[in-house]
Amino acid sequence: MITQLLPAIAQGVGLTLYVTGASLLFGGVIGLVLVGATRSPIGIVRGIATLYINVVRVIPPITWLFLIYFGLPQYALRLSTIQAAIIGFSIIASAFMAEIYRSGLLSIPEGQREAAHALGLSTLTTVRHIITPQAFRVALPAIATYGIGLLKDSALASTIGVREITYYAQQSAEQTHEGLLSFIVAGALYIVISLVIAVVSRRVDLTLRKKIGVA
Amino acid sequence: MDILTQWLGWLPNLAPGLLISLQLTGLALLFGFPLGLLLAVMAAAKFAPLQWISFLVVEIGRGLPALVLLYLLYFSLPDAGVTLTSLTTAIIALSWNTGAYASEYFRAGLAAVPLGQKEAALTSGLRGWTGFRIVILPQALRISTPPLAGLAVLVFQGSALAFVIAVPELMSKGFEIASITFEYLSVYLLTAVIYGSITLVFLALVRVLEQRLGRHLQRN
Repeated sequence: MITQLLPAIAQGVGLTLYVTGASLLFGGVIGLVLVGATRSPIGIVRGIATLYINVVRVIPPITWLFLIYFGLPQYALRLSTIQAAIIGFSIIASAFMAEIYRSGLLSIPEGQREAAHALGLSTLTTVRHIITPQAFRVALPAIATYGIGLLKDSALASTIGVREITYYAQQSAEQTHEGLLSFIVAGALYIVISLVIAVVSRRVDLTLRKKIGVA
Repeated sequence: MDILTQWLGWLPNLAPGLLISLQLTGLALLFGFPLGLLLAVMAAAKFAPLQWISFLVVEIGRGLPALVLLYLLYFSLPDAGVTLTSLTTAIIALSWNTGAYASEYFRAGLAAVPLGQKEAALTSGLRGWTGFRIVILPQALRISTPPLAGLAVLVFQGSALAFVIAVPELMSKGFEIASITFEYLSVYLLTAVIYGSITLVFLALVRVLEQRLGRHLQRN
């Protein structure tokens, strides 16, 4: 039985990874803009960024997906299920990534900025070469953890019909009446992918640590 | 103001859904938190099989997406001869999920209590369970409470998942109205506003709780 179920459900791995990866990427980039905006000297920019982050985080992911997939076509903005899922998860990821970057930035001692200033480095150079590399290293474990969280959230995309792991598992469960087995297979796939992400991020973290000599 | 009158008209239909969402959240927390504490204590037990059980329960509860856990129970329990309503199934799945996450916070809280406290309890003649209950646990709970309160907020948001197994909660009610009126955007906007405002209230309470618990740290 499992020999038939596994390939049937594993078909969804590609889309699960695609939706998770694309959303993490877009969310990560928007998150950078957001974290920049929250530190802006202009009050209104700060206000909007903070409002955006809070509004995004207080609404459940499934509500976001439904708003985008079912709500937007009412105004002639027709999206495919995959597009809707990626847009929805990118919006959600951007708010969480912004928070992760913020905590990364907070961990950099003020002395680093002062030292760069004393050396005569411009603000942009300081951010690029002094702050970001250090902040990224601090934020990496949190990013990996969030990536795993997003991977699990991506299961929600099945509710709007994206053919990822959970979608195929549900289909198999209905066709074969092997509900338990189908979802055990799906669960195992998620756990395996999570473990791979965890191991890779641990490796990268260690490499980065070695590079600056704090192994 | 068109949209507001529309929303006011839908509210009576959504209210029972919200009540079920809150009920689901409350019960998941009621069962999930004690389960989490139990799992955390089991993880620290000297008897190895207890550790394994705790590990397995926690890793399944945290490792699987909540949605998969929900489907897993929903599709497999009837085959095992257990017929439950979809609400009960959702309560079990969410409690499991909550318990798994909560156990990590409890474990961190227990680990943060200095070893000297246990030694001090022992020298005061408070051994085993008594020492744990009177000396260790209260200190651990104070440390674990803020993250647990944050978890409670996430559980409320997670209760929206019960929609997929047809629990008549807020999201389902919204879906119902949307498929009758075709006003998808407006309906989901309203559900988003309801979820958002209740979450904000929760978050405000969490902040008050954090301040109260931190009072002993603020001198003068």
